[in-house]
Amino acid sequence: MPNTKQLEDFVSQVRRDIVRQVHQVSSGHPGGSLGCTEFFVALYQEVMKRKEGFDMDGKDEDLFFLSNGHISPVFYSVLARSGYFPVEELNTFRKIDSRLQGHPTTHEGLPGIRIASGSLGQGMSVALGAAQTKKLNGDDSLVYSLHGDGELQEGQNWEAILYAAGNKVDNLIATIDLNGQQIDGSTDDVLNMGSVRAKFEAFGWDVLDVEKGNDIEAIIAGLNEAKSRTGKGKPVCILLHTIMGHGVDFMMNGHAWHGKAPNDEQLEKALAQNPETLGDY
Amino acid sequence: MKKFTNSGNIDTRSGFGAGMDELGKTHEDVVALCADLTGSLKLNDFAKNHPERFFQTGIAEANMIGMAAGMTIGGKIPYATSFANFATGRVYDQIRQSVAYSGKNVKICASHAGLTLGEDGATHQILEDLGLMKMLPGMTVINPCDFNQTKAATIAIADHDGPVYLRFGRPSVPNFTEADGKFEIGKALHLVEGSDVTILATGHLVWHALEAAEALEEKGISAEVINIHTIKPLDDEAILNSIKKTRCVVTCEEHNYLGGLGESVSGLLAKNDPVYQEFVATNDTFGESGTPAQLMEKYGLNTKSIVEAVNRVLAKK
Ligand SMILES: Cc1ncc(C[n+]2csc(CCOP(=O)(O)OP(=O)(O)O)c2C)c(N)n1
Ligand SMILES: [Mg+2]
Repeated sequence: MPNTKQLEDFVSQVRRDIVRQVHQVSSGHPGGSLGCTEFFVALYQEVMKRKEGFDMDGKDEDLFFLSNGHISPVFYSVLARSGYFPVEELNTFRKIDSRLQGHPTTHEGLPGIRIASGSLGQGMSVALGAAQTKKLNGDDSLVYSLHGDGELQEGQNWEAILYAAGNKVDNLIATIDLNGQQIDGSTDDVLNMGSVRAKFEAFGWDVLDVEKGNDIEAIIAGLNEAKSRTGKGKPVCILLHTIMGHGVDFMMNGHAWHGKAPNDEQLEKALAQNPETLGDY
Repeated sequence: MKKFTNSGNIDTRSGFGAGMDELGKTHEDVVALCADLTGSLKLNDFAKNHPERFFQTGIAEANMIGMAAGMTIGGKIPYATSFANFATGRVYDQIRQSVAYSGKNVKICASHAGLTLGEDGATHQILEDLGLMKMLPGMTVINPCDFNQTKAATIAIADHDGPVYLRFGRPSVPNFTEADGKFEIGKALHLVEGSDVTILATGHLVWHALEAAEALEEKGISAEVINIHTIKPLDDEAILNSIKKTRCVVTCEEHNYLGGLGESVSGLLAKNDPVYQEFVATNDTFGESGTPAQLMEKYGLNTKSIVEAVNRVLAKK
């Protein structure tokens, strides 16, 4: 198990990978990616039970589904640095003939990806299906998923949320990236959702808040707590309070960097704030 | 041949935004709905100038289409907007039942259609929307070619009573049609007269068809170019009259060959006057990430592809 310093170094490197990928093709989504960096590192480096290599069925290992597929830069970086494919391949992000599509896809066969996402609101249903299959297979490993808070506005989520509770899908841990931002502004301004916690609870989920959603120790503690609540008849939801753009000061505090690439100068600034630790790709 | 000048590259979605600004002033009953993509659809000015007529639904396209259908009851003319994938495939049954079958006066306005949205990749690059929309009874389907025509079409559909699908895109492309011209739904536009081959093009491919006609002229081939901005209802007469003269056709579209303009033309010709046809379209495939130009090259949707298709069809004729 890596220690906190090692995890923080990992985080710093992933942040570099995110801004460098997006900068290189002048497109992509750094804001949500940076905000979820600690979560991804905690999940892949510490919490999930993973097997060597990659096979689609993922029997007897934990599975992860990214529903808010636009934050592919963080997903790709963490997958590459967790051994699923060569780190150099991050160079091909969003370029023609690449396995690293703008949004994650199975179509090009990138190891680590089990479903296409990008059109928002579909991932929880897929995670539910995979969780049901695990039960059918007598496989007691877990299914994790991540969703944007704006993404929760898609109605399909609520069909899945209903189903999960109604059918006691208690091997699922769905995390919501509660950064309070989406494309057109703050989630409160675009479509105020009131209390997300109250809604999940009313639908019959076991909900826990991770208030420090950019603190790796707090996230690990939250994920472990969530794990301990599985198998008790309720699906589990983590409300992860993150800051969009976390770790790059000028990308924080707003929605501006949801889907905007830094220019050369901004890239330099961003990199200066996140030292190279594991070697740039 | 007649030459067209590009007055400057600009995106067709900005033509939509400009049309909406105009409608904001002239048509009190026009309302706009948007699902967290105000800036991408160029609706910032409409939203600012007419906040009471702008409805932000959040990321919830199905609800947006249903609301648009409901808003027609009482006389509003809703323009429901999103990226083309989320405005069609994502909400097909909502459009089918609440809009088309119910005969509601909803304008579905879709940006980022086709491959040319570029780097976002296949999840966002719908190449099936023309087919999905044209199969719906009563749906008018329009795919304008540049900024000016998109603006004109945006304005014109307000006065058409019935559901419309208006498709446009993200990249900056040549702007060459008349500024503030009148848009007539269903009336194809003859751009270049020719006698050897008919090129029927829609959307971004119209400019490429003009470039192809120029290149062909240098080789002594006389191509007729027609801008099919309305895919449904198709201008049967204009197409059949041209075919009578040229006896072969190339259809060009940023869409799958299955279900698109080309297939509509095939159906028309098979019934009335069968001739050889070549398709410049995607070949039953999903797209991928890349720059618009790279993708148009890789998937065979540029000027060169049109010239090659003309040569193929002429060889068969
Ligand atoms: C079905 C669908 N509608 C619209 C979009 C366009 N879109 C991409 S990301 C996004 C905002 C997502 O907000 P949130 O889930 O909060 O993610 P964050 O901005 O925090 O990264 C939108 C509207 C999409 N990808 N899919
Ligand atoms: Mg958000």
